[in-house]
Amino acid sequence: MVDVLEVRSLNKRFADVNAVDGISFSIPEGICFGLLGPNGAGKTTTIEMMEGISQPTSGEIFYRGLPIDRRYQQKIGIQFQHTALQDYLTVRECLELFARFYQHHLPIEDLIELCSLGEFLNRDNRKLSGGQKQRLLLAIALINDPDLLFLDEPTTGLDPQARHNFWQLVDRIKKQGKTIVLTTHYMDEAQTLCDDIVIMDKGRVMVRGTPDQLLNDHFATAMIRLPNTSGVDRLDGFPYDVVHFQDKLEFTVDHVETALSTLLAFNVPLDGLSIEKPNLEDLFLKLTGHSLRT
Amino acid sequence: MILTSLKRFWALFYARNLEFVRDRSSLSWNLLFPVLLIVGFAVVFSDDNKTLYKAGLIGANHVELRALKHIDWVTYEDLDEGLLQLKRHQLDLMVDPKQKRYWVNPHSPNSYIMERVLQGTVSSEQWQSWQKSEIDGEPLRYVDWVLPGILGMNMMFSCLFGVGYVIVRYRKNGVLKRLKATPLMAHEFLAAQVLSRLSLTLSVSLLLFIACDLLFDFFMQGSYWLLLFVGLFGAVAMISVGLLMACRTRSEELAGGLLNLISWPMMFLSEVWFSLEGAPQWVHTLSACFPLTHMIQAAREIMINGAGLWDIADHLLVLWAMTLFCLALGAYWFRWDQD
Repeated sequence: MVDVLEVRSLNKRFADVNAVDGISFSIPEGICFGLLGPNGAGKTTTIEMMEGISQPTSGEIFYRGLPIDRRYQQKIGIQFQHTALQDYLTVRECLELFARFYQHHLPIEDLIELCSLGEFLNRDNRKLSGGQKQRLLLAIALINDPDLLFLDEPTTGLDPQARHNFWQLVDRIKKQGKTIVLTTHYMDEAQTLCDDIVIMDKGRVMVRGTPDQLLNDHFATAMIRLPNTSGVDRLDGFPYDVVHFQDKLEFTVDHVETALSTLLAFNVPLDGLSIEKPNLEDLFLKLTGHSLRT
Repeated sequence: MILTSLKRFWALFYARNLEFVRDRSSLSWNLLFPVLLIVGFAVVFSDDNKTLYKAGLIGANHVELRALKHIDWVTYEDLDEGLLQLKRHQLDLMVDPKQKRYWVNPHSPNSYIMERVLQGTVSSEQWQSWQKSEIDGEPLRYVDWVLPGILGMNMMFSCLFGVGYVIVRYRKNGVLKRLKATPLMAHEFLAAQVLSRLSLTLSVSLLLFIACDLLFDFFMQGSYWLLLFVGLFGAVAMISVGLLMACRTRSEELAGGLLNLISWPMMFLSEVWFSLEGAPQWVHTLSACFPLTHMIQAAREIMINGAGLWDIADHLLVLWAMTLFCLALGAYWFRWDQD
């Protein structure tokens, strides 16, 4: 697969803080690439350098093998985490305004259809709900029919239904063959949308791979959790490593049936037992010792 | 390439104008505020409140005339300047005691009375040798004098805050960041802001001028086109000052403070409300640094004295120099975002 974007030894320094510390990776064409990490991990700083919005302190960024330049803006679409549009403009007027900034743009009607903007087309953009606003911002990001689409925490602050609607929309865009770079701190979002992920912390890349690959590399098949009162952490000869997780006791297993038989053999009460598949949140916790949302 | 650039400029120009026109409360205030001020001043400073006679004198030392009560004597070095004031009914009499000459305005009742007063101070034999001349002209009311000042002040606020404050707000709420992520160039954005505000300010001022003219039937001796030209130069200069203030400012509070720091001295030292005649030289020097001073002085010379292009060329030149300086520096220092 051809690499659409490649970053090499990227650094960004603000006063005495190294926000991004020598990261390198490449993004193949047609995938949804996830940049994950807790607040302050350097995700937004990294994506803004990849978007050409801010300049790296050092390092290089290549688009299809060439250093990015002014023409790059014609090829990419961006949805920022925090942004506003001009006051008093309706949804249609916002689309028409941004369409005129590009040499070539998609028909406005196609975008209205794709992002389901028809119901509030003539509404002042300030009066849109969170979900509607994100759909409009996505339509604006797509207006120049970009090869590469950047979505910076696009569903932050949305209710669950609006988030799921947004995921469906992103899925439709993925099917058009566009390359998407997504930052998020919602792990379910990353697991649903991303084909390839990088987890960042303190400005550095911690791990990279597909969600399944990363989970398989770091976890056994399942995690069994029991209440603290079960006493499983005090059993002599118990064959699993039990750790404290919040107010529960937890251990990972390769075979669930064997583990359940062992618990019964040790007369451990099964009240409150849960069997969970590890997710990216667990992976992050394991890697860094702190939660993604802290 | 140029066509694409023009297309982007036009899109932004149109969007900014829509924003302005749809902001009803701000638009109403822009239109209503200066009219209310002019009406207020016309009422407060109407001629009915005038209690003194005012006469001009060539040469300061004439004890007999100065001893007369209830007459305000103004000394002039330049006779023409005094005669112009007489023509506009700002003086009731002009006297040159050395040459034994005096000038009256036949359309001014006060001028007739002052002529009789002057006659009373001179013996009847001597009076035969005095030479009388008449200067005819329409009266100038305070409202005629203050109109260019109030319209100019309104333009100043509109230009400074309409560009400066809006750009800082755009920077703070992320609009500029969003625009930066498009192929839009900084000069296209700035040109759209300048021209949008210029066209809106001139349109609003034109509407106000017409409305006030219908209400008060203003004094207008010069060319309307030249007056429009002065408005254009003055507005561009003040927009450029606003742009310079906003080119890097991040907070609306700081922007508001900076804009007030510029606008308040201009409001009091640019002869909006009162003339600076008789003020210390340093006040005149400071006043000459403000674009509003040059715009108002040029407008008054056109409206009151019928000045032509060459008569006000110095003001236009200063306004143009201020525009170039502020625009060049503002464009050079301009930053889209808060980094």
